[in-house]
Amino acid sequence: MHSLKKNELNTIAVATFNLKINGKISRVDVDPATPMLWVLRDHLNLAGTKYGCGIAQCGACTVHLGGTAVRSCQLPVSAVGKEAITTIEGLSAKGDHPVQKAWLEHDVAQCGYCQAGQIMSAASLLKSNPKPSDEDIDNAMSGNICRCGTYTRIKAAIKTASKR
Amino acid sequence: METANTNYNRRSFLKVSALAGGGMLIGFNLFSSAKAANLVPTATPPGEAAGLTSFIKISPEGKITILAPNPEFGQNVKTAMPMIVAEELDVDWQQVIVEQAPFNTKLYGRQFTGGSQGIRQGWKSLRTAGASARQMLIEAAAQAWQVPAAEITTEAGVLHHKASGKSAGYGAMASAAAALPVPKDVKLKAVNTFKILSTSHKNVEGTNIVTGKPLFGLDYRQPGMLIAMMVHPPAFGQKLKSFDATPIRKMPGIQDVFSIQVYPDEYERQIFDDRTFNELVVIVGRSTWEVMQAKKKLRVNWESMADRVEKENAFGQKREVTIPGGLESTDAHYAKMKERDAQPAKQLRRDGDPEGAFKSAAKVIERTYTAPFLAHNNMEPLNCFAHVTPEKAFLAAGTQAPDFIERTIAARLGMPIDKIDIQLTRMGGGFGRKAYCHYMVEAALISQKMKAPVKLIYTREDDMTYGIYRPMYSLTFRAAFDAANNLTGFHVRGGGIPESPLGRSEGNFPAGAIDNYLADEWALPSNITIGAFRAPRSNFIAGAQQAFLDEVAEAMGKDPIDFRLELLERAKKNPVGKNNTYEVDRYAGVLKLVRDKSGWGQGNQPGVHRGVAVYFCHNSYAAHVVDLSMKDGQPVVERVTSAVDCGVVINPIAASNMIEGAVVDGIGNALFGNLTVKDGKPDQSNFDKYRMIRHNEAPKKIDVHFVQNEIDPTGLGEPPFPPVIAALANALYKATGKRLYTQPFGPQLGKSIQG
Ligand code: FES
Ligand code: FES
Repeated sequence: MHSLKKNELNTIAVATFNLKINGKISRVDVDPATPMLWVLRDHLNLAGTKYGCGIAQCGACTVHLGGTAVRSCQLPVSAVGKEAITTIEGLSAKGDHPVQKAWLEHDVAQCGYCQAGQIMSAASLLKSNPKPSDEDIDNAMSGNICRCGTYTRIKAAIKTASKR
Repeated sequence: METANTNYNRRSFLKVSALAGGGMLIGFNLFSSAKAANLVPTATPPGEAAGLTSFIKISPEGKITILAPNPEFGQNVKTAMPMIVAEELDVDWQQVIVEQAPFNTKLYGRQFTGGSQGIRQGWKSLRTAGASARQMLIEAAAQAWQVPAAEITTEAGVLHHKASGKSAGYGAMASAAAALPVPKDVKLKAVNTFKILSTSHKNVEGTNIVTGKPLFGLDYRQPGMLIAMMVHPPAFGQKLKSFDATPIRKMPGIQDVFSIQVYPDEYERQIFDDRTFNELVVIVGRSTWEVMQAKKKLRVNWESMADRVEKENAFGQKREVTIPGGLESTDAHYAKMKERDAQPAKQLRRDGDPEGAFKSAAKVIERTYTAPFLAHNNMEPLNCFAHVTPEKAFLAAGTQAPDFIERTIAARLGMPIDKIDIQLTRMGGGFGRKAYCHYMVEAALISQKMKAPVKLIYTREDDMTYGIYRPMYSLTFRAAFDAANNLTGFHVRGGGIPESPLGRSEGNFPAGAIDNYLADEWALPSNITIGAFRAPRSNFIAGAQQAFLDEVAEAMGKDPIDFRLELLERAKKNPVGKNNTYEVDRYAGVLKLVRDKSGWGQGNQPGVHRGVAVYFCHNSYAAHVVDLSMKDGQPVVERVTSAVDCGVVINPIAASNMIEGAVVDGIGNALFGNLTVKDGKPDQSNFDKYRMIRHNEAPKKIDVHFVQNEIDPTGLGEPPFPPVIAALANALYKATGKRLYTQPFGPQLGKSIQG
């Protein structure tokens, strides 16, 4: 599905990828090893997905791949294939996904930097488990760090969203 | 009712002008009511638009825009400050649009966020500005309707004259009001009549945050922007010797590799100019991933640094500091702290005859508490956009101290200050780290060299290992008891690397409550850089002191809360010594509130253990009760009850959020926070090794309560953080029967907690 070509500046190949992101096909020409995180941020101008650690430890970069939460810092663009990617920008058309609404209702954010990743993890959890227990929430969310300490509000917001 | 004067230093701090196209613009200096020492003198003549940091715009259509001035990193000032203006202006909050005020380089207002000072310093100015605008609108209506101003009332942005039945929106009177003189004195609302304040209002950026809008420094971009990363020495005490860029120059997307000197060798450091490594290797390329790949392959030779002397100039106070060379290690640090703690120290406070009290004591308890370096670990790593041309320098970044760094950048680039433009972005966390803006100087130098717009990005590893850490601390407490088991003497000795936690809190409790009291301190030099960290000194002092007071209470057979209240009673009736900084009633007030709200002393749930602690810092008072149970050797925090006195609560929903966050962060740092070094090299460089508190470790419930009063508001960023550490320690003692004296506590508990 992709063609190899030489880039003017470099000596190794870049490849063309046609990615399905937020319901649209986007074409990028990049090194196949490039993580989706940087494809989104640097090449597609989708900066909602955040860089926090680069080693799958913080969850700031969480997106949905085929509907499931994944860490985009560990997802090479070459591994995406035909699977659809959803980022925070594409979670809902008007910012009215039940999780987003619950986040506003509980005024969850402090600095807000981790929240896109938290929301994407929460939305994925509720999709597979619409009525999660406290323990389910802990298990699904413990990969997402928040230095500002908004965990208790996040849990409350997930419960609110699960009632919708 | 309070009256406020709009003059400061004989000139009005307000400037009112007409908006182009009609309407009214009120500019004011947020910090004019702050102490004169905090005001930076401006070159602009009095009466001109000097030092204006904040603005209210009223359009002819009645649209009200409030430009909030302070840098935002989650403390919610961007919502709170406009709420204060809107209250006095008497408008409907729904009508108000909030924008970030541009950081105007020609007008040196104080735009520093830190030390929980934003609201405390802005309170009077924000209210006066809102009230003055309202008064001028009333005047304009009085003239238009030919009625006495005193008969005009306002409500939700509308002016009314009852007798004639006339009414008009603010917009209709705004142009006329703009032509009127600024009133000299204005009446402020009584606190108990507030409609917007003390009522919860959601974060004005909420929707932008949950939809992933590019608000942060890392999200900022411009066409043609290059990406830069830096490589710093792997160890504290090292510097650059040489590097070979040949292998990476040809890597995909790489444009240049060079070294930069952040400051000249003889540079006299101003406040916040702290930096760890003065010479860095820089890699510039097209995209983040390509630069990251090259960074991994760069070969650099480092060498050890000798002792060096640095010049410092803190607000005109000049001194020379010797930074020792050599590669330091945490194990050696602890050994040296212990050794130094046994030597004589510099006396800070002395009441009565402490030596005598200890000499004649029937019993003495002595305990030493220590804590490690802590990394800030803001979720957004340091970054800065810069575009420097011969004509001007434009920077976009998150910074807690834009006006300080602006002067530094101007000096470093050799440009006049009015050629430096800084756009403030939202910060993905600050906690003190973003007061030290070496990364902005670095970005400016890189852009200048590249003659291109550049974004400098620190990797997580760079951010964690280029630390301006919370210092390593030690506190030794000794308590003397007479034969009847009365507390007769108290000695606190502070120490640390490279500074002691004491030195600013000698008037704080329990000083003033004990007849014979001694405080002294020592410090050991180090080349590991340290700085502000959510009240770095207070968070350690509170954690140790409040745990020690629990041991003292236990030795005296007293309930921890009763014991503290008895000491406070003593400090009120017959205070010992001078310069005690705390208000006894407010200190006792939070303790009583937390006692009542937590149901303290009314019997615990089976398997639940409780600890209490209280502290006063940064002008606010906070107390917590932690309830926890143990599971597989780990604490499960069932509930935290918090009581806080920060004066008038501006925005309860946001204030609670700050307190909840401080509780989680405090428990996390106490259990896990630990930055250790070996041969100068940090052992932790990412979140695989540096443990942060996670969802499953957070308290299940946090109940926040405020003391209701009408005292001018004080900050919340720092004050609730310090005491939670001791409340946790005291609850852990109840649960395990073991007192923990060294942070982090986690690795000393059950083995299922990883270190
Ligand atoms: S950036 Fe991907 S998990 Fe942290
Ligand atoms: S809200 Fe700041 S890191 Fe989560």
